Amino acid sequence: MSLITETHRDDLASKTGMWLFLFTEMLLFGGLFIVYSVYRFRNPEAFHQAAHELSVFIGTANTIILLISSSTIAMSVTAIQKKNKKLALLLLGITILLGVAFLVNKYFEWGGHIKEHIYPGSSVLALRGQGDVLFYGLYFFMTGLHALHIIIGLVFIGFITVFIIKDKIDYSNFALLENSGLYWHLVDLIWIFLFPLFYLIT
Amino acid sequence: MTNEKNHIIPYRTFLFVLAGLILLTLTSVALTQIYLGTMTIIIALLIAAVKSSFVLRIFMHLKFENKMFSLMIIAVILLIGSVIFITLLDYLYR
Repeated sequence: MSLITETHRDDLASKTGMWLFLFTEMLLFGGLFIVYSVYRFRNPEAFHQAAHELSVFIGTANTIILLISSSTIAMSVTAIQKKNKKLALLLLGITILLGVAFLVNKYFEWGGHIKEHIYPGSSVLALRGQGDVLFYGLYFFMTGLHALHIIIGLVFIGFITVFIIKDKIDYSNFALLENSGLYWHLVDLIWIFLFPLFYLIT
Repeated sequence: MTNEKNHIIPYRTFLFVLAGLILLTLTSVALTQIYLGTMTIIIALLIAAVKSSFVLRIFMHLKFENKMFSLMIIAVILLIGSVIFITLLDYLYR
């Protein structure tokens, strides 16, 4: 009987669990989007003016960086299915590099705001009125929470990369790689909505 | 352990979708720089919705997955959407 040597594994259940977790993430950001829309509705002028100050160029660059990184991790699943370990590792490496590039951009963007004394709790910002305080409070909180998710995603993908190097993940057992991909795509998905809400709608 | 999930998506598909997503991003940037008024919000959110459906269906494999996943996601989106709708109704007609 070969049953004895078989280890118990349920990839569908593991994926379902990942999706359930992603739903809680969607509800978390969904709640923040509700807060944003209510405050935007109550302070249309201030939100309009404040959104003009964000750099559309950096926002667009970061959107494209995240989209490319999403496609590379998606392709790494294809690579592992085709037993191409080297390509899978290369694609994951590119994904990690792009994630870091996103954070570097974010660092310079936030640094620019802070230099102009625009940050939550700043007295200069308080003088500009309640609407600006709300806009930048939400901006820093939502993009900050998103950046935290990027950091968590990078650590997750880092572990997956090590597992692939050690052959713990291969063409017959790649549910973990798929799950890390799902998490990374969700982070991308949230940014797809954050970007127009903060940078484009002025 | 071979079930139906051994569906392999070709690299090409992902590259095409990526090109489409970048194109949509640039379109929404260009359009929001031109248009004014409430149309801007509608256009930007519509393009974001199209982009996220690509990410969900292709990158997140929903198109090739058990239908149960799609149904659950639709339920979550409806939940968030209806809460936003009801909250805004409250603020508009209070």
